[in-house]
Amino acid sequence: MSRIIEGLLYSESHEWVKVEGDLAIIGVSDFAQAEMGDITYVDLPSEGDEVAAGEEFGALESVKASSELYCPVSGTVEAVNAELEDAPEKVNEDAYAAWIIKVRMSDPSELESLMDAAAYAKIAE
Amino acid sequence: MDQSLKTTCLHDDHIALGAKMSPFAGFDMPIQYSGIIQEHNAVRTAAGMFDVSHMGEIFVDGPDAEAFVNHIFTNDVRQLAPGGILYGMMCYPDGGTVDDLLVYKEFESGFLLVVNASNIEKDYKWLLDNAGGFEVEVFNDSESWGQIALQGPKSEDALVKLLGLEELRELEFYTFYDLEDEEGGRVIVSRTGYTGEDGFEIYASPDNIRDMWASLLEDGITPCGLGCRDTLRFEAGLPLYGDELSPEISPVMAGLSMFCKFDKPEFIGKEALMKQKEEGVARKIVGIEIKDNAIPRAGYPVETEDGTQVGVVTTGYHSISLDKSICFALVDSAYGALGTPLWIRIRKRVFPGEVIKKRFYKTNYKK
Repeated sequence: MSRIIEGLLYSESHEWVKVEGDLAIIGVSDFAQAEMGDITYVDLPSEGDEVAAGEEFGALESVKASSELYCPVSGTVEAVNAELEDAPEKVNEDAYAAWIIKVRMSDPSELESLMDAAAYAKIAE
Repeated sequence: MDQSLKTTCLHDDHIALGAKMSPFAGFDMPIQYSGIIQEHNAVRTAAGMFDVSHMGEIFVDGPDAEAFVNHIFTNDVRQLAPGGILYGMMCYPDGGTVDDLLVYKEFESGFLLVVNASNIEKDYKWLLDNAGGFEVEVFNDSESWGQIALQGPKSEDALVKLLGLEELRELEFYTFYDLEDEEGGRVIVSRTGYTGEDGFEIYASPDNIRDMWASLLEDGITPCGLGCRDTLRFEAGLPLYGDELSPEISPVMAGLSMFCKFDKPEFIGKEALMKQKEEGVARKIVGIEIKDNAIPRAGYPVETEDGTQVGVVTTGYHSISLDKSICFALVDSAYGALGTPLWIRIRKRVFPGEVIKKRFYKTNYKK
């Protein structure tokens, strides 16, 4: 059974979003990391990149497969978690501590289309 | 589980171990138990066991068995002693690959052909269709056999303990022993495998295989899924049918001409393969290493510096044992020489690399 944290927002493609003002901190859910298995590589965007809701911003790679990351919100990448370049396994260890990017949102109303923990629990089974 | 999938005799055991299951070659098979990296390392450093009961066992016997096998097989069984095994391919007249397989020369008479699970029906039909003029019996006995591959440096100790036979230590690489279980059923043990390590493959009745699996598990042998079977064979430079061999990829294109014996009077595909060998092939399978941790996956384009596509990745990983990103790729032969710079397109970026030897990992066979 995977962990789902209250107070975060979730996308259908299994990213989580923690909102701090107009900053969206984004990672992948515990369900997603468990499905992937041992993560060996995180393909990160660059700080300053423009991202759009629903578009690919990077990827996680396990031994067997790669899985694209989709941005739940539009905006500018303000920070990337460079620590994951050398320690991608941190996503497996604690998917909610291992944030991947922080996005300065251009349209915070996009958050309304994301799920809360209860709604996400229904699809992450 | 998809109800149309077949299961092996160890299916219940995989479920009980909590394996991650997935369809493979029409079977519901374990991809991993504890995790691909841990299982991979167990085989490299200790011993692991794989359920390979899905593989096919086809027996060929009769007065013309040797002539027939040599007709459909690229390698040469004429010099093979009873108890000996050869690796090779079956090819179409145009040199394309029907399958790659092991041929076991039986002690009494005839041969056992061990073929890929995905090709059992196709191979069986191919054999029957080409048996005209030969006095042979061809029998697909795949459903009667279970199979465990026991692989890794500690597999010899584990096997001796499992079967209680010290003589098994003397078994040479690419040979087999014929044993009997308590009920008089046949047990075949060969020193073969698909990991680049020392190891054995054990063929027996489904009931017997289940008992052996349980005993090995109790002995602390790591159950290993198809996930690490692929990472291990890949590092050892071994092809997988469907990726590095296919109707479009001949043994010569795959760099396996040492398993094609052109001094045999004839075999299906000989002329086409000889022509490929002598005149060169348009495309070939090479190894490529990229200087980044990004992972080249099957299907990704291989390009020159100016972005012209000259090939495609067939298998790729971030190698667990070597800690580098490497792949097999089918490329235009003009770009196949060792040291040739090539670029691999991974999502939105291209990564520079170069052609390296395909045997990425130094194998540890007991010879």
